[in-house]
Amino acid sequence: MSTKYIGQPISRVDGRAKVTGQAKYAGEYNVPNLAYGVIVSSAIAKGRITNIDSTKALSLNGVLQVFTHKNAPRTAERDENYWDEVAPPGSPFRPLQNDKVMFSGQPVALVVAESFELAMYAASLVQVEYKIEQHVTDLDQVRNEAYVPRPREGIDPPAKPRGNPESALAGAPVKIEVEYSAPVEHHNPMEPYATTVLWEGDSKLIVYDKTQGSVNNHDYVCNVSGLSSDQVRLLSPYVGGAFGSGLRPQYQLVLAVMAALGLKRSVRVTLRRQQMFTLGHRPRTIQNVALGAATDGKLQALIHQAIAETSQYEDYSEPVVNWSGELYQCDNVKLGHKVVHLDFCTPCDMRAPGAVWGLYAIESAMDELAYKLRMDPLELRLKNYTERDLNNNKPFSSKELRECYRQGAERFGWSKRNPEPRSMRDDGSLIGWGFATGAWDAMHFPASAKAVLSADGKLMVGSATADIGTGTYTIMTQIAAETLGLPIEDVTFKLGDSTLPKAPVEGGSFTAASVGTAVKQVCDKVRGKLFRVAQTLPKSPFANAKLEDITFADGHMMLTSDPGRSVSIQEAMRHGGLSSIEESADAAPDEAKRSQYTLHTHSAIFAEVKVDEDLGTIDVARVVSAIAGGRILNPKTARSQIMGGIVWGIGMALEEESVVDHKFGRFMNHNLAEYHVPVNADVHDIDVIFVEEHDSIVNPLGVKGLGEIGIVGVAAAIGNAIFHATGVRVRDLPITLDKVLAGVAVPKREILAPAA
Amino acid sequence: MNSFSYVRVRDVSSAVNEAAMDTAAKFIAGGTNLIDLMKEDVARPDRLVDINRIPLNRIEQTSDGGLRLGALVTNSDTAYNEQVEKRYPLLSRAILSGASAQLRNMATNGGNLMQRTRCYYFYDTATPCNKREPGTGCSAIDGFNRMHAVLGTSEQCIAVFPSDMCVALAALEAIVRVTGKNGDRNIPFADFHRLPGDTPQIDTNLQPDEIITSIDLPPKGFADHHAYLKVRDRHSYAFALVSVAAALEMDGNKIKEARLALGGVAHKPWRNREAEALLKGRTVTPDNFQAVAEVIMHDAKGFGDNTFKIDLAKRAIVRALKHAAQMEARS
Repeated sequence: MSTKYIGQPISRVDGRAKVTGQAKYAGEYNVPNLAYGVIVSSAIAKGRITNIDSTKALSLNGVLQVFTHKNAPRTAERDENYWDEVAPPGSPFRPLQNDKVMFSGQPVALVVAESFELAMYAASLVQVEYKIEQHVTDLDQVRNEAYVPRPREGIDPPAKPRGNPESALAGAPVKIEVEYSAPVEHHNPMEPYATTVLWEGDSKLIVYDKTQGSVNNHDYVCNVSGLSSDQVRLLSPYVGGAFGSGLRPQYQLVLAVMAALGLKRSVRVTLRRQQMFTLGHRPRTIQNVALGAATDGKLQALIHQAIAETSQYEDYSEPVVNWSGELYQCDNVKLGHKVVHLDFCTPCDMRAPGAVWGLYAIESAMDELAYKLRMDPLELRLKNYTERDLNNNKPFSSKELRECYRQGAERFGWSKRNPEPRSMRDDGSLIGWGFATGAWDAMHFPASAKAVLSADGKLMVGSATADIGTGTYTIMTQIAAETLGLPIEDVTFKLGDSTLPKAPVEGGSFTAASVGTAVKQVCDKVRGKLFRVAQTLPKSPFANAKLEDITFADGHMMLTSDPGRSVSIQEAMRHGGLSSIEESADAAPDEAKRSQYTLHTHSAIFAEVKVDEDLGTIDVARVVSAIAGGRILNPKTARSQIMGGIVWGIGMALEEESVVDHKFGRFMNHNLAEYHVPVNADVHDIDVIFVEEHDSIVNPLGVKGLGEIGIVGVAAAIGNAIFHATGVRVRDLPITLDKVLAGVAVPKREILAPAA
Repeated sequence: MNSFSYVRVRDVSSAVNEAAMDTAAKFIAGGTNLIDLMKEDVARPDRLVDINRIPLNRIEQTSDGGLRLGALVTNSDTAYNEQVEKRYPLLSRAILSGASAQLRNMATNGGNLMQRTRCYYFYDTATPCNKREPGTGCSAIDGFNRMHAVLGTSEQCIAVFPSDMCVALAALEAIVRVTGKNGDRNIPFADFHRLPGDTPQIDTNLQPDEIITSIDLPPKGFADHHAYLKVRDRHSYAFALVSVAAALEMDGNKIKEARLALGGVAHKPWRNREAEALLKGRTVTPDNFQAVAEVIMHDAKGFGDNTFKIDLAKRAIVRALKHAAQMEARS
């Protein structure tokens, strides 16, 4: 089917607004009489607040209030009121509601003043005294206390064991048993969390908030503060990156609302970069993988167990290990996932939660097994390729992973690889080629949309979803313009507003599918209405036609078989006396169909590293990623998504780590100078291939979503390349130069006597 | 951040007067470090003396044939200055390996010397730090110390001085010219920064009433044989784990003079003249370089996370010397 917009590399429709500064973010709304809140963060990880002395702060002219657990307005009593769409089981954190400190950096006071600078200064004068209790922030220290967490909604617990994994492993002629360790990472989007609450009088609030779910946070505000739904409108039209950190309401939201209600005026609360390290994070995760294989590479046993952290108050968990049971043909499989309580805030979903750690481990282990078998790592994957998901014993709705392997390998030149570690060199550097597989879910959730077509042919479509930089504005505009055959300039998509039809939080790569389906459905309704009106025209060319016979293009409806016979959309509306057509649609996944299949995106990642053997420094010279992600709505924004994922994967492999000082139970490198993510100089050639994949089961659009798949497997591919280059296997992310050097033998040299 | 007053001065004597009147005042030029420190509540000046209008923004020849770098010339303008590029390329390279383009465009030469450590604990007022609050203890010694010093440390402080530029200036044996209430004086670069000892809160030997007016480079620039090697955790916008400024004067395959300065390993750019002397008259061989590296790092002491720096520094010294020696002689 030829398309005008869907599948075309349309530039971001919001791009101009963003680069010209017209796009306003939550902390940028200025209104008269705005007050500024600055949060005082806890200096300790665990204990009780015994005293807060705000006297000095309050004595400053212009300081309006210092909210603490003693005087802050009470929010709801029951845990249920704090549960948001993605809350894990437990008792969510409630800012300023009691004297308990549960993590370092927890907000313990909110200073509100007439200016931001004054609030900052006043915050530095607030004296907090604590009764310190012994905290535990070291996962290794308590790993023996790991337990199976209460299941989290929407996340399958590890599949039940199949076969006899232990005895199969014992009997396998070739085996490996290894442990991988991954650190805490923080999302660190460019835009820090911020909320501006506009006091509209009579406890009516307009809340500009940075979030991935305007409905989710709207409902949270109402539930927590006791305001009715229509007293709060929550907007989040632009989000400067979130990566999962905005799936749940962050604490500045409820604090800003609290202050606005308490002071009866507009208040803004913005987090500082350091405070961005006091929010949810990707949990430190230790994984044990055992693989047993026949000498021909056929897997005989696979055991994959993970231990991760959660807070003391919620059971956060991720799908870490399931992928291992789905990716390969193996009859003896055991999977396990446990967590331990640490004195941190609850971890939070972060781009491809679970999968990045799980695939890092299994794809590193497969590489290790390949060397032990003296087998090409790609060959080993193909040897154990599965056409069925053996965890659930279901077919895949589509799986072009084999084609990802083929096209990726060809583009990369994999066949030229010398399999021997340390065998490839260039310009004094060791060269390594590594490979890994990636996978993610193709989820679909109910979502709603509305459409208003005006008599002038302009279309507005809206849904309370978000665009966190992913391209939601653009692809939804494309879908709408395509469906109704309108010029794309005549279509506007609205999002990030709790008064729009409900959509789930934007996350999990399910927005293109979920909201896209709703947009398609609502535009189809408009289409039907236009067609029926066109049929009533005198001498309508469509008198005997059916809707399926009509093509919508260039602002016209026309007979597909005879495009000369057409009616303009505006003409039809004029004739029908319609000043506008308004429709709404509630779209839901076809669960009856979907539930019979496992629905995944897949990828094959090939990486080349250059390692300076003397200094241990690593360059990721190039990455080829071949993606099977269903139908690609926009190759330009899609490529950006995958590239961003790969760049992040480079960071995950080599740089990213939130370092804890367990003495203080505190993340110490809490700024962007010391929390390293890749800079331009770290990123070289990136090549993205979209493998053609048709899927009529996943959803009517055939899209699978691309937000996460780009990052999955990248760290393993790079780690595997580093092993190929150096012969050093680092199983502890990030792979910093000291870890590489520790594995390379230190040449011994004699000390020279001073010259005579 | 505290509440402070602000004054702008237009000449050196006014700046000196301001500083002499109020010891809690701070000079501000590019502000690339001071403003961060103020936002973190680490620096709490009650008065900011803006020195940007003082005419110390030129690079000019000195009478002895050297080059005078005005204290208020930006790091970028210094690195890209034609004379600096041609005669002191080691300095250009060191500057350009530091920070980011945006920061170098704001940061000044004097400010580069005055920047403070990037120790995580120094920046976090929730933790003890002898440099920030003398007597509270050093959190880094038994804490997270990946970036910390392995040479010249004390029981009070193991912080490193983060500058790249200053590592080159140490190798080039620059002179820091300062003016205070008691007039002008010249401070040899090696004496400008201090080791932590029992007073880690004092980074430099600059007196509270003194202001840096220029950094003077001696005539000898080692343009033919130099290298600045910075080893770090990412390829830009990261402080050195170890950096080496190597400057050689060669006579064929023989070394006439060698200068080596290390960054990322101590509370100041690290020189070891005895070790440098070992290279005098020696030929360019890996063993000779390794031997010097061993001597320089002989007394190094690691604290856990940073122990790898000892071996890494040796490797970096050897590499930097090799690069410096092998440079094509320029006309």
